[in-house]
Formats: sequence, C-alpha cells, structure tokens
Amino acid sequence: MKPRPPIYGLLAEFDDANALVEATRSAHETGYRRMDAYSPFPIEELADGLGFRKTRLPLLVLIGGILGGLTGWGMQYYSAVISYPLNVGGRPFNSWPAFVPIIFELAVLGAALVAVLGMLALNGLPMPYHPVFNVARFAQATRDRFFLCLEATDPLFDRERTKDFLRSLQPREVTEVEH
Amino acid sequence: MADQSSPTMPTDTKDAGAIISPGHTFGTVTDKISAIVQTRRTPRGWWIGFAVTFALVILLHFAIAYLIFTGVGIWGINVPVAWGFAIVNFVWWIGIGHAGTLISAILLLLHQKWRTSINRFAEAMTLFAVACAGIFPLIHMGRPWYFFWLLPYPNTMDMWPQWRSPLVWDVFAVSTYFTVSLLFWYIGLIPDLATLRDRSTRFTGRVIYGILAMGWRGSARHWHRYETAYLLLAGLATPLVVSVHTVVSFDFAVAIVPGWHSTIFPPYFVAGALFAGFAMVLTLAIPIRAVYRLQDFITKRHLENMAKILLATGLIVTYGYVMEAFMSWYSGNGFEQYLTINRMFGDYAPWYWLLIACNCLAPQLLWIKSLRQNIMVLFLVAFAVNIGMWAERFVIVVTSLSRDYLVSSWANYYPTFWDWATYVGTIGLFLWLLFLFIRFLPMISIFEMRTLLPESKVKEEGP
Repeated sequence: MKPRPPIYGLLAEFDDANALVEATRSAHETGYRRMDAYSPFPIEELADGLGFRKTRLPLLVLIGGILGGLTGWGMQYYSAVISYPLNVGGRPFNSWPAFVPIIFELAVLGAALVAVLGMLALNGLPMPYHPVFNVARFAQATRDRFFLCLEATDPLFDRERTKDFLRSLQPREVTEVEH
Repeated sequence: MADQSSPTMPTDTKDAGAIISPGHTFGTVTDKISAIVQTRRTPRGWWIGFAVTFALVILLHFAIAYLIFTGVGIWGINVPVAWGFAIVNFVWWIGIGHAGTLISAILLLLHQKWRTSINRFAEAMTLFAVACAGIFPLIHMGRPWYFFWLLPYPNTMDMWPQWRSPLVWDVFAVSTYFTVSLLFWYIGLIPDLATLRDRSTRFTGRVIYGILAMGWRGSARHWHRYETAYLLLAGLATPLVVSVHTVVSFDFAVAIVPGWHSTIFPPYFVAGALFAGFAMVLTLAIPIRAVYRLQDFITKRHLENMAKILLATGLIVTYGYVMEAFMSWYSGNGFEQYLTINRMFGDYAPWYWLLIACNCLAPQLLWIKSLRQNIMVLFLVAFAVNIGMWAERFVIVVTSLSRDYLVSSWANYYPTFWDWATYVGTIGLFLWLLFLFIRFLPMISIFEMRTLLPESKVKEEGP
C-alpha cells in the first residue's frame, strides 16, 4: 500500500456554475481522474465533466420492486394455500386477482426503499467526516459557491504543479485540504 | 412585481418570471428561507397557534385515553351505523394527503416548475394528514391493543389476515403510502439540512442538522444519483397515490350496501381526494405566505394554478354526484332509488345539500379570473371545499348504513361529544405538527429554488 499523501488534495473555489463546469472539463482533459466537483444544486453537465455517466441505481430499484412483489405474492400464497387453506365462497385458494393490491403495494415499497437506501449506499452516506469540511470556506458549498477538488491520490497530482494548473483556471481561491 | 406578472404564456422565460420574483440570487434565496428557521424572531402568531393546537392535542389524548378505558360506546356508533366519525375522518384525512403527493410527484414528472416552492410544504401536509388518518381505523377497532393482528406474522393462533378483504389491502396501502411519503420528504430535505448545518451558529443546531444531513456535501456524483433516486421515487409515488384511494374506495364498493356498491367509486374517490387536498394546500398556503412574507416565492401564479386544479377536480367530483344519482334511477333498483331520495330529502338532507353547495357550487366562482385572483375569495372557496368534502364522506358513510335493506334495522346516527373531540383533536394534531415543521425545517425547498434562477443554467458549448 502506498504511503498516505501529506494532504487530501487541492480545492478551488468558483463564483458560478459555468466556471466550475469549464474547470472540471479542463481538469478531466488534462488527465486528472481522482477529483470531485461540489455545487449547491444539481448540475447535469458536472457529472459528465467528471466522466461519470451511468449509475446502477435504476437496475437496483427494478430488482427491489420485483423482490417486493414476489414477497407479497409468496406471503399470500404461503398463508392461503399452504399454511391455512380456507374455503371462502368456493374461490380457489390461490385467488391471485384478490392478491394483486398487496403485491402491488409491496412492489412499490420494495422499489422505494431500494431507491433511497441504494442512493445513500452508493453515495457512501452517511459520512459525518470528510476532509473537504476542513476548509472553512467549504460551508459556502451549500449556499452559493462552487468547488473543484483535485485529490492527492491522482497519479498526475503534484502539490505545486497542480496548484498552478488550478490557478490557471481563474478561481477565486485555491486552498490545500488537510486530511 | 410578482403580482403583475402575467401567467398566461407557458413559455420557459415567462414561467420562471412568474414563479419567483426577479432580483433573487442563490444567496438571497438561501438566506430568506433559512432565516425563517434560524435567525428571524418567531412571530407571536406562531406561539399562539402552537399553544392552541397543543391544547387540542391534549384533548385528543384525553379522548383516546377515555376511549381505550371505556370502549367505542362513548361514540354515537351502533348497529346499523357502526362506521361513524372514525371512518368519515379516516377517508377525509387520507384524501387531504393526496394533494401533497400530486404536487411533489406527478407535477415533477410533468415538468411543472411552479411546484417547487410548494412541494416541501405539501409533502409535510401529506405526512401529517396520513398520520391523523392512521389513528382512526386503529382506535375504531374496539380492542386497539390488538392492532398487530392486522399484520401477517406467524402466531400461536395459526391465523392469517384475510387477503381477499379490502380492509387488509388498506393496511398495506396506507402503511406503504406513509413510508414512501416519509422517504420522499426526507430525501428532498437532505441537501437543505446540509445548508442549515453549514449556517448554524449554535452547537446544537450544527449537531442535529449535521446528523440529519448525513454528511451531504453536494458532490456532483452524489447529485447525479440523488436526482435519479428522486425521479424514480416520483415515478413510484404516482401509481401508489392512485392505488391508495382506490383501495380506500374498495372498502365501500366491495360491500353490497346501497349507495356503496358502485364501479364509479375508485375514480370518484381519487378525484375527491385531490380536490380536498388542493383545498387544504390553499387553506394553509394563503395564511403562511402572508405571515412569513413569502409572496416572492409563492406567487399569485401558484395560487391561480391551484385554483384551476381545484375547479377541474371539483367538476370531476360533481360529475360523480350526477352519475350516482343517474345510475340509481337508471338501475331500476328500489333500494338504490330509495337511497338517493333519502340522501336528498331524508334525515341527513342538510348534509347532502351542504356538500352540493360547497363542492359543486362554490368552486364555480373560480371560472371568473378576477375572483380566482382574489386571495380572499380563493381562501373562502378552499375552506368551503374542506367542509364540503367532509360532508361528502359523512353522507356516504352514514346515510347508506342508516337505511339498509331491512326496515326493522333502520336507525340514525348522532355524533357524541367524544366523536367531535376526537375529530377536532386530530385537526389540532395536524396543525401542531405543521407548526413544528415550519419552525424547525425549511418549508420551501432551498436547493430546488436555486435551480429556478437563470444563473443556474450552464451555457452549453459541448465538451
């Protein structure tokens, strides 16, 4: 395992969304890969700029929905056919049309739980501590400022040269991020 | 400024102009909404409202404690009317909740950007209304401490719920609805909780909002998955909300009681739910907007759009009433015909005409543009609809049950003090939770308001 770099990375602060998107694109073109962009609202172009295109979340949600629905049907089938078959008005034990509402509800429940928990898990949340919070100005990232962080683990990263590169993007400020 | 903006053209620029007043920046939007929670003095009206509604919550506690101690005999219910206020209130409350989901999910899928400033607050309303609704079937059970018998679990009695009964479907529909509404609401809150965390000057605020925000830091990758999850949840909540009130209407439609056994019930109930819910959103939004001076964010355009939805759903509900009356005549069934005559001219006739006046006639005022834009008129119409929809559920539940097939078992239902105390108590609980929400959480989605500003759009030059 490689020794831990002395700092987490370098953080550049920008005034508006356009500047951040452009900076992210040029960092990606220069060859930086271990980086992240932070903004106070979702910006579609940013994820593209970072080279992040697809998330597995929709597939997971589909699986969650199918499992929820199967659970609903399996539960009703087991109880009405296997565990306690009860003849109600001559209807079949597996009277599936009457089972549909609960199958549907549990499918929605399964999918919704996976959507939320899956999103949090893929994002690595909850994560109470993260090095970028060490920068005092970063509190503005949830208000009206835009940040780009180039991380020290990137092979291209060099404390001075990367700082010069970030300065060439005309940010308000470039800060070193402590671990 | 907002008051003069023309809401007629649905183009993007005019749209943005009308749904948020000009002159705002990311910073001012953030400051204005978070100030309500963090820096502005709590208005005196808040304290008064909080105290009054808290007293009603205490009344609710008394009513429920006395009920559990004594039994459902403290209410006016008996055979044949075994479904009194409890079921009326259950259906009324759950219907009110539906507008929140409509605003947050369906209008999101339809790209209706004006929903942004009212969705958070409408979702909170959904949650609290469903919580109030959930109380009623439980305390109506007679032995509420056996509520868990509703759930399927392996037990020593070797018994399962009856899967073919709409009442069991209801358990699953309502609990799923509550869970999904809670998730949707909480997910929407996470980025704003991070904003409050970063703006808190006190230690407790930083810790509590910090825990709730789960370390959200606005990373582009996180936002991408977040948006995906939010859109998927909206897509899931849309059919869910339709299913919930459909299942509620099955509680009636599957029974063979005259006036209930009808195929129009599911769409008629869903439309009625949206109608009642939008009326409640307007009833709450109009005073809150004035008290917290949020006219920049909840503009006249919002109120007018909601007025139009109120009018449209009101017409659907009116069609439902007309069809009910027509079908009872056309069916040639004596019991159905008698039921309609009894609704209109029997012992409960004042309730029927109250619902016609409130639900069918009052919204017709909204055809006229000047009345639709008059906030006082709009508030009064919305208030009338709240009453009218409650009267509708009362008429559906009570008139049908009190005049069943056998003349020998006819009997009227009269609510007692405890019926009213429980009902008023849940109104108190609903408003009390809403007061707490307004005080401690951002009632307008801050990050979504930022996206309404023109500066949030990135100029596309191609990578």
